[in-house]
Amino acid sequence: MPHVLRMIAQRLALGLVTLFVVSIIIFLGTELLPGDFAQQMLGQAATPETVAALRERLGLNDPMLVRYVDWLTDILRGDFGVSLANGQPVADLIGRRLVNTLSLALYAAAISVPLSLALGILAALFRNTLFDRFVNASALTSISFPEFFVAYILIFLFAGAGGMFPSMASLRGDPGLGEYLHRAFLPALTLTLVTTAYMMRMTRAAIINLLASPYIEMARLKGISPMRIILRHALPNALAPIINVIALNLAYLITGVVVVEVVFVYPGLGQLIVDSVTARDMPVVQGVALLFAGAYVLLNLTADVLATLSNPRLMHRR
Amino acid sequence: MSEKGGRLLEIRGLWIEGQADEDWVPIVKGVDLTLDRGEVLGLIGESGAGKSTIGLAAMGYARDGCRISGGEILFDGIDLRAASEATRRSLRGRRIAYVAQSAAASFNPAHRLIAQYAEGPVRHGVMSAAEAESDAVDLYARMRLPDPESIGFRYPHQVSGGQLQRAMTAMAMACRPDLIIFDEPTTALDVTTQIEVLSAIRDIVDRFDTAAIYITHDLAVVAQMADRIKVLLRGEEVEEADTRTMLATPSEDYTRSLWAVRSFARAEQPPARDATAVLSVEGVTAGYDRLDVLRDVSFDIHARRTVAVVGESGSGKSTTARVITGLLPPRMGEVRFEGTPLPPGYRGRSRDQLRQIQMIYQMADTALNPKLRIRDLIGRPAQMYLGLRGKRLEERVRDLLSLIELEPDAHIDRLPSELSGGQKQRIGIARALAAEPRFIICDEVTSALDQLVAEGILRLLDKLQGEFDLAYMFITHDLATVRAIADEVVVMKEGRVVEQGPKADMFQPPHHPYTELLLSSVPEMDPDWLTDLLERREAGGAGAGAAGT
Repeated sequence: MPHVLRMIAQRLALGLVTLFVVSIIIFLGTELLPGDFAQQMLGQAATPETVAALRERLGLNDPMLVRYVDWLTDILRGDFGVSLANGQPVADLIGRRLVNTLSLALYAAAISVPLSLALGILAALFRNTLFDRFVNASALTSISFPEFFVAYILIFLFAGAGGMFPSMASLRGDPGLGEYLHRAFLPALTLTLVTTAYMMRMTRAAIINLLASPYIEMARLKGISPMRIILRHALPNALAPIINVIALNLAYLITGVVVVEVVFVYPGLGQLIVDSVTARDMPVVQGVALLFAGAYVLLNLTADVLATLSNPRLMHRR
Repeated sequence: MSEKGGRLLEIRGLWIEGQADEDWVPIVKGVDLTLDRGEVLGLIGESGAGKSTIGLAAMGYARDGCRISGGEILFDGIDLRAASEATRRSLRGRRIAYVAQSAAASFNPAHRLIAQYAEGPVRHGVMSAAEAESDAVDLYARMRLPDPESIGFRYPHQVSGGQLQRAMTAMAMACRPDLIIFDEPTTALDVTTQIEVLSAIRDIVDRFDTAAIYITHDLAVVAQMADRIKVLLRGEEVEEADTRTMLATPSEDYTRSLWAVRSFARAEQPPARDATAVLSVEGVTAGYDRLDVLRDVSFDIHARRTVAVVGESGSGKSTTARVITGLLPPRMGEVRFEGTPLPPGYRGRSRDQLRQIQMIYQMADTALNPKLRIRDLIGRPAQMYLGLRGKRLEERVRDLLSLIELEPDAHIDRLPSELSGGQKQRIGIARALAAEPRFIICDEVTSALDQLVAEGILRLLDKLQGEFDLAYMFITHDLATVRAIADEVVVMKEGRVVEQGPKADMFQPPHHPYTELLLSSVPEMDPDWLTDLLERREAGGAGAGAAGT
């Protein structure tokens, strides 16, 4: 056990280094964005003098290195700065949206992870049957379309004439849980459809990959049933790749939902980052980007730790 | 159930087909087999004889890509071919059990040994989990596993190969089956470990009066285990007789040729006269991390001489080869080539120094790049070390193919996957020769091959040595190979050289106690050999017996 703790500590330290490098890239990236916030805010009619004055007031004229160090030290103190557009603290802006994004991610994951594991296991059990082919074909179809297309198809099917679910997942008026699940159903279903295929196919492939192993043959020769062979003999050894692909998909559910949020007008981080880029509201863009990077690092770290925990060869040394 | 001595298994006219590309080709052709309760039948033959396939068919099982296409398999009156899959599953593990060749690969790495032991009895409803676990401890003790109380709670990777093989035999016994199929259970083990496993298997099979089919390619092993022996060749029966008759008077030529394969012995070479050895290892200590794997190892190898380095796995044989080739720089000591010290790491060696020392590996399968054609596999070293190009390179490759007795036109454009195991090993030899070395390390080059094929390889190596004045270092754990090809022997144990000298001295007492243990552990054709040996060791104390007395 101590070496697992040591590994977690090592990976956390490495994660911090990664985040530091990412912070540099984010800062440089936003620097490279064309356009100028002061110009954008004051409009075409502004005189060069007023633009210069505003730039001075916002500190946009300081050297890049100074601004980077200021930004980073503020963040280390927990201060993400203030939105240039509306003067609200970035942390507050992000906070509200983060809750919404995480809720949607959780909603989608609660459907897609169990669904894809179950389908993957069943496809492996009934490999090369009609069932297997049908599941594979459906999964491939759903990831082959762009997300917005899937989203519009679902809107057409479920929000059109019949109107079973709303096509706009607005969260106005603080809906309760039941109402939330209803309103956010279509975005969650879209995300489920675009993520299930990866996880299902990895589960299936990881299990089938092991079925030629001598220990699987041994289990067969012990008279163990096919379902138990898959669940007890193959699955525990296939966990590492499955956990990894789940972690990647969870990260995607948090950071990659921009398009889906825009289509359904869902007030999450994706919407926020799109709006902020349009307005050249750099503190918000930088804050959200750093948060996304943090989510990736944390989820991958979790995946590595879980993969280690699932492997007796790493857990129980000779 | 019928009395002891009643018919347990009857296989009539068994045909099994295997898939080759699109076609089904027969791999077992009309084999009959009968087995009475409590009887042990040995199935022997070279690879491709269909031994394992027949063994699995006795459980009504065919591997993926194989199918049972004809004949009858009656187990205690139950027709396994006609029975439902559910019926077959209820028999497997409960009344017919299987012990595989590689216990390390056949235990599930994700579960503890005892959980895998208990799974069969619990699933078949023979015992509760608690009963199965206490029974496991009992059987572990019977199999003479150390710490039977606690060993079951280890994971497979925490247990040695010989112990795993015994744990697997215990697992096969869990439901007290009527029949156990042993599929080469000791082939992957050292001779000293093999004896422990063999005697434990024999005791437990006797104790529970279990019938067994014992599959092996090693005649001396099957002689210890079986009441009757059936010899197979390419899916057909050659002959069958009770063990003593078979050993004393085999009636078929093929059987006699199996007996005879250990007969190759190269001519006695005159002792080395040249002053400087081709290769000297001098006081080498080396290892990984903080662990010393080799301690103060020294020996010389002269031109035209073959030095066999023998010892159990983990004794440091392969590490010695890594030090000589420069893959592992030693901590102390040095390696000299014709009197000149070699730089410790291969990066520091000149191209010519690298050329002089070549290697042939155990697994030709993994040592040859599967994507390269023979032309390039052999041509590359000739191109790299000798700068041959174009027509001259092609000629050289053809010469080398002729040297290793493969027809150049037919083989030069093949891929390794289009060759047999023995042919692949020949390509490995040609690749080493292509560099025109003075010294070749042969790392267990025949252990993955059938005996007849292995003998061909040994003869070839012997011939080439004479032609090109080569010095060989021959790493092996097989003392029969040592007898066949070595001039001198270096015995290693736990990273040290415990004995070295001319072969004739080695095989004559007095020996170092460890050499004695190794020598006495090599199975002999005599069916009483194991019994006698165990009695002798019993009398001489727990260890190897007194040295040289």
